[in-house]
Amino acid sequence: MTIEVRNLVKKFGSFAALDGVDLKVNDGELLALLGPSGSGKTTLLRIIAGLDWPDSGEVAFNGEDALTQGARERHVGFVFQHYALFRHMTVFENVAFGLRVQPRSIRKDEATIRARVKELLDLVQLDWLADRYPSQLSGGQRQRIALARALAIEPRILLLDEPFGALDAKVRKELRKWLRSLHHEINVTSIFVTHDQEEALEVANRVVVMDKGKIEQIGSPDDVYETPATAFVHSFIGESIELPVQVADGVVRLGDRPLRLAVDGLAPGASRLFVRRHDMLVGPPGSGAFEGAVQHVRNFGPVQRAEVALSGGQTIEIDAPRGRELRAGDTVGLEPRRYRIFAG
Amino acid sequence: MTMQIADSGSLTSPDAKARAHALAARDNLRTEPRAVRIVIIALAMLFLSVFVVLPLVVVFAQALSKGIFAYFAALSDPEALSAIKLTLVVAAISVGLNLVFGLVAAWAIAKFDFPGKTFLITLIDLPFSVSPVISGLVFVLLFGAQGYFGGWLRDHDIQILFAVPGIALATTFVTFPFVARALIPLMQEQGTQEEEAAISLGASGLQTFFRVTLPNIKWGVLYGVLLCNARAMGEFGAVSVVSGHIRGETNTMPLLVEILYNEYQFVAAFAIASLLAMLALITLIAKTILERHLDEGQDVNDH
Repeated sequence: MTIEVRNLVKKFGSFAALDGVDLKVNDGELLALLGPSGSGKTTLLRIIAGLDWPDSGEVAFNGEDALTQGARERHVGFVFQHYALFRHMTVFENVAFGLRVQPRSIRKDEATIRARVKELLDLVQLDWLADRYPSQLSGGQRQRIALARALAIEPRILLLDEPFGALDAKVRKELRKWLRSLHHEINVTSIFVTHDQEEALEVANRVVVMDKGKIEQIGSPDDVYETPATAFVHSFIGESIELPVQVADGVVRLGDRPLRLAVDGLAPGASRLFVRRHDMLVGPPGSGAFEGAVQHVRNFGPVQRAEVALSGGQTIEIDAPRGRELRAGDTVGLEPRRYRIFAG
Repeated sequence: MTMQIADSGSLTSPDAKARAHALAARDNLRTEPRAVRIVIIALAMLFLSVFVVLPLVVVFAQALSKGIFAYFAALSDPEALSAIKLTLVVAAISVGLNLVFGLVAAWAIAKFDFPGKTFLITLIDLPFSVSPVISGLVFVLLFGAQGYFGGWLRDHDIQILFAVPGIALATTFVTFPFVARALIPLMQEQGTQEEEAAISLGASGLQTFFRVTLPNIKWGVLYGVLLCNARAMGEFGAVSVVSGHIRGETNTMPLLVEILYNEYQFVAAFAIASLLAMLALITLIAKTILERHLDEGQDVNDH
């Protein structure tokens, strides 16, 4: 099932949650909507599910208009951040719900429903919890049951709203791997919303980065990390050093200091320079584009994180490999191995 | 001596020490001296005894003052039986109506946003803020012989005032807020996610309501119905205005208590009153049990 979204606009009062969003999701894809809170990613997901309605724009499933259908007809599996399990039903009945509310004409008999629920509970590896109530489960178990419940209706599309947002870090990591392998197994077109970049990069085939109701970049996890399209993407994904620079007469300046950096194709004016922390190479004084004094060093396993006060006055944090130990008070030269400059 | 040694010995075990510390800390938190605490508690108990327990005891004592036979004779008097029957009928009608109205109102308020919502919430509270007598008078103005619909009703031979419909209407009006008030906070707290989940799983609106919404609020519904019923059976002011006090026909239990009392039939008056008092006691017990269920329901909500 493909999903196509065209020029979607949704306003809450004067606040534009979605401000002209275009997106195409391929069949069988596992897509991540990544962005800070308030970026519109959940609104987009809810509109695709039919739980919210856009002010204008189009949503099509396999080329067919989906906006003429309500959530009930769209046949979309939705997994909520806070699970939204039916608290008065057992795990078994929760998973069976979608099968039991089917119109009488197509409803399966009790034995088929039981077999199907059993199969789904096996799939999420929680068949031994069938008779429990949601309140007796851990967060990770609840989320897996919520997923089994959504899969029971054999959805055409699976939508997950911050599926691991309410879980602790360790469970989250386990579930990420599990979700990826589950998707591999069932291969249904899936979109999940997250504000956690690590989650998006690790789980998804493609990542959509959103900010303020607009899509900033669509690309593979490698794309959005290695070649960020905008300043926002660069600062949002991965740890970045951000410096305000001036581009004029073919030279990049940080304050008064000219930097020996290429300026091909850059418009003159105030710009922002982005460098990944680990892309800042440390050398002897005078050896790089920047120069600074080490203020403070902490060791994180294979890297040492140093706070460096640049001669221009800014303080930046860099990650240098261990081996050549830095010490507070050292003067060092810094050369960005890779960098990006964005206007504005 | 040996006792003391044993005591200090047990205190050195880590558990006992921790407990002793906890006790000491708790005592320190209560800064009031012991004497003050005792006085405050005694005052509260005294107040409760005089104003709540004593009247209750007096009701039963008076009702049984001429013996158990006089008590049951008073209750089986045709007038008493008719009042009991009328009260039950009126309570059943008004609780039934308010159950439906309250559910609908709470559902609309908790699950949807619409213009005029705040106004509606205020309106629901109106019967609580208006004197019951005025609530009754409103119906006299509407349906009385000189009232707006009085002529039309007379022409069509429909009796509302001084009959069961009027009493039921007045009681329904006075008890309207109970069910809605019990449900609105509960439903607001539960949010709409479970309903959204149900709809995305293919459930229709009715299926969602009966399979998801209603089971989640059933204890709240019972709680509202219980309080609504207690008030409906005990309502005096509004009913007194619209009933007409026709003996054996339009007297509810509270009205009959007053009439019997004014006629110096103390045993009969207090016998009926004792039934209302028992209703209150049963309501209290049921309320306590329901509140426990409501709390449990909220625990489930925590993540």
